[in-house]
Amino acid sequence: MTAAHDVAVIGGGVIGCAIARRFTLDGAQVVLLEKAADILDGASKGNSAILHTGFDAPPGSLEARCIAEGYAEYLAIHARLGLPLIRAGALVIAWTEAEEALLPALMDQARANGVDDVEPLGAAATRALEPALAPGVRASFRVPREYLIDPWSAPLAYLLQAVANGAVVRRGCAVTGGAHDGTAWQLATTTGPVRARLVINAAGNHGDTLDRLLLGEQHFTIRPRKGQFVVYDKPAAALAGHILLPVPNAVTKGIVVCRTAWGNLLVGPTAEDQDDRDTATLVPATLQALQRRGEEILPALAGHEVTAIYAGLRPATEFKDYQIRAHRGGSYITVGGIRSTGLSSALGTARHVAALAALGTTARPAPVWPGVPNISEAAPRDWQCAGHGGIVCQCEMVTQREVRAALDGPLGARSLAGLKRRTRVTMGRCQGFYCTAALARLTEGRFDLAMAEAPDGR
Amino acid sequence: MDADVIIVGAGPAGLSAAITLRAAGLRVTLLDREAQAGGIPRHCGHYPYGLREYRRLMQGPAYAARLVAQARAAGAEIRTQTNVVALHPGPRLTVTAPGRVAGGVAGGVAELTARAVLLATGARETPRAARLIGGTKPGGILNTGALQGLVYLGGQRPFRRPVILGTELVAFSAILTCRHLGICPVAMVESGPRATARWPAALFPRLVGIPLHLETEVAEITGRDRVDGVVLRHRGTTRRLACDGVVVTGGFRPEAALLAEAHLARDAGTGGPQVDQYGRCSDPAYFAAGNLLRGVETAGACWAEGRAVARAMLRGLAGALPEGSTPLTASGDALRYAVPQRTAPGEGAALAGLQLRVNRPFRGRALVTAGGATLAHAITALPERRIILPLPSGPGPVTLRLEDAP
Ligand SMILES: Cc1cc2nc3c(=O)[nH]c(=O)nc-3n(C[C@H](O)[C@H](O)[C@H](O)COP(=O)(O)OP(=O)(O)OC[C@H]3O[C@@H](n4cnc5c(N)ncnc54)[C@H](O)[C@@H]3O)c2cc1C
Ligand SMILES: Cc1cc2nc3c(=O)[nH]c(=O)nc-3n(C[C@H](O)[C@H](O)[C@H](O)COP(=O)(O)OP(=O)(O)OC[C@H]3O[C@@H](n4cnc5c(N)ncnc54)[C@H](O)[C@@H]3O)c2cc1C
Repeated sequence: MTAAHDVAVIGGGVIGCAIARRFTLDGAQVVLLEKAADILDGASKGNSAILHTGFDAPPGSLEARCIAEGYAEYLAIHARLGLPLIRAGALVIAWTEAEEALLPALMDQARANGVDDVEPLGAAATRALEPALAPGVRASFRVPREYLIDPWSAPLAYLLQAVANGAVVRRGCAVTGGAHDGTAWQLATTTGPVRARLVINAAGNHGDTLDRLLLGEQHFTIRPRKGQFVVYDKPAAALAGHILLPVPNAVTKGIVVCRTAWGNLLVGPTAEDQDDRDTATLVPATLQALQRRGEEILPALAGHEVTAIYAGLRPATEFKDYQIRAHRGGSYITVGGIRSTGLSSALGTARHVAALAALGTTARPAPVWPGVPNISEAAPRDWQCAGHGGIVCQCEMVTQREVRAALDGPLGARSLAGLKRRTRVTMGRCQGFYCTAALARLTEGRFDLAMAEAPDGR
Repeated sequence: MDADVIIVGAGPAGLSAAITLRAAGLRVTLLDREAQAGGIPRHCGHYPYGLREYRRLMQGPAYAARLVAQARAAGAEIRTQTNVVALHPGPRLTVTAPGRVAGGVAGGVAELTARAVLLATGARETPRAARLIGGTKPGGILNTGALQGLVYLGGQRPFRRPVILGTELVAFSAILTCRHLGICPVAMVESGPRATARWPAALFPRLVGIPLHLETEVAEITGRDRVDGVVLRHRGTTRRLACDGVVVTGGFRPEAALLAEAHLARDAGTGGPQVDQYGRCSDPAYFAAGNLLRGVETAGACWAEGRAVARAMLRGLAGALPEGSTPLTASGDALRYAVPQRTAPGEGAALAGLQLRVNRPFRGRALVTAGGATLAHAITALPERRIILPLPSGPGPVTLRLEDAP
């Protein structure tokens, strides 16, 4: 029988990565199991990348608490991990009389959530802050501490810190079954059995089916909610300083216009319920509608070049709040339904889960703090430093040194998608026109699924 | 001063300009971000190249190698793996390179100055994302340029049975490229009623047995890790076609990222810089030639343009180029763009003429007015087909108007 880990985390999304880090820092021996070839292949691969204050969360909810704690911890640790923080601030903008009437209540809600620095603005003041906004603005309020972060480097950094302090990560490892034998869980996976005293289900859009598989019961049902986005080329980022939010409704935060950590501008997401848990299909008519919406908000966006389109799936349930519960005498914790704020709350959610588990381990006295390389536009990039080995991706200015570093190390990229998320290669305006060949050579033998094959079987 | 003239981009346009400028005794430095100079032809392992330049039919790589050798022999300095990242008045350029850049300031970044700069950064195809093609985002969706890089530079095969999107000339390069490594395209898909490229190229897919679907769009790409099919839409009905890749061809646009933050005026129609008939930009120390001016011309045309703009630069450096250009006034809702965007007085234009493209199938007249006289040209054209009209050389403003036939 294999030795038991203290904790097995199922799922390498942002939630699983943060949980693996928390338990490791708290002194537990952790293994993280991810079924995809690389981490961040589920809900966490496509979001708006906003670090929310939680100003619009339901006051008193678990979600509100996790966001507040997650937000605070991100601010405390981001610099040590080499993670960017773009202090953009947000404007919640009313375009109609009905929306304007909702602003005071939303500001009250923000204050109830501890976000007490919101500031009401009239039409003129709003447009003075954001001159590119369409003339139809009626009023807004400013949430100064809504920020932008890098949605992939952050979870990668969390998991890297876990690994640097002793955690084990198994990728390409799907949990297919398991049972508790009185002392520990014995999990069946596609890469062999795993034993752990505590199992944490952080399986995102598969959280309910995993509960059914391991517990024989489920307490919520996932109904994925798709969000599609259009990303514009870097010159468009000059059109919006703040994160431009609409007045939210019961279902969704609505269509956002904001910059990205890499200096682009994005418009999205939609909110479309679907049954499929894995496939987020892009729909041209919807993307065109997003472009139109973007141009209604920022008329000067018309004519700007689109560099990317993407879609993500929120792990939504029939409940509004997070679904975090312990089962089987505390030997199993489900962390489900982390719908639309998981990037912001991850570090706080991890703390909540650790408190719930109460393992009683002793915190690691002097944990290692490995940093991730900066790929945001907020700090100097590798190409600006000597000896970078040449530029591989011309549009995103990704260097050969960066690509090699991302392929190596304990969490080296195992797929082109994983390499893109670590470095941004091929994610710029040419989408690989110039660099695909060079990249195929650099990554030869590194990926489970090669970018191209040699016809002679070389 | 690092050189008399710095040329950004060592493709056919930049290389021919370098050869011309060296012949006049100027110190010329070519900067190219790729490891090899030569531009796009480096990876076009097919004909036809070289007819105009060398009076022989050549494949791209041999043609590129010959142009590069000629520029070197003429005494032009060629620095590869040198990426120009910013353009400033002066003219002054910010560049980065793997090692320490000659004349470098700090880290991997350096600044270079010259008396004049020629921009010749070429053009690229429009990718899937910018076309808003629906479906998933699996591996195996490539432009022709990327496919060629894999096949001709790396001897690698990204798929075996792709669908080819588009019927511009470059789509036929895509077919040739596929066949080079035994890749068998399963279909060619064109949204318009006819192939864009002219006969006989348009006949080629039939000759090699690739079905051509006209008035058809790719409604959706499917597959998780790899493409496993496309959904085709033809007159309101859809059907699935199994394939393992998609080659997204054509829709050329200037590689003009450098202009986004530069002080040079840009044309929204072409996406490239605004120039007068000498290839001169809004800052007269900067010139531009080749496909950067518009997507897309043949290598031969870009080569000729590089030469002609280089001669205009020689006149400019000697203070012999007329000043004071006026904007070209262009109108007509079928007009996508017209180059040059400005005209200056004087003889000896560098550009081949007034170059336009339409944005929809067009039949009608182009009316070109200058100095009180109007010339009418009959035109029948599809989008992406080149139209070149004589550019009036008289003084004063030029007006262009497209008029549909009744
Ligand atoms: C459109 C959109 C916009 C958003 N915008 C924001 C935002 O701006 N700010 C913010 O804070 N949040 C935002 N979010 C929310 C955030 O992205 C999610 O809350 C978060 O990604 C959820 O992470 P997760 O780890 O719970 O799930 P996931 O990322 O889906 O991770 C679950 C992982 O488990 C793996 N897995 C599943 N089953 C198994 C198994 N049996 N064995 C092994 N592994 C398994 C999956 O492969 C997956 O990698 C947005 C979400 C979307 C979709
Ligand atoms: C797939 C394909 C097939 C083709 N087939 C044919 C054919 O059969 N016959 C034919 O006549 N034409 C063909 N063409 C067209 C022909 O290749 C082009 O017209 C020609 O190469 C254009 O020359 P250019 O000098 O303007 O630009 P390019 O050849 O594109 O050269 C531009 C150069 O600028 C460099 N550059 C760009 N930005 C920077 C920067 N910031 N810093 C430094 N360097 C930079 C690039 O690395 C590149 O080397 C084909 C084109 C393609 C894409």
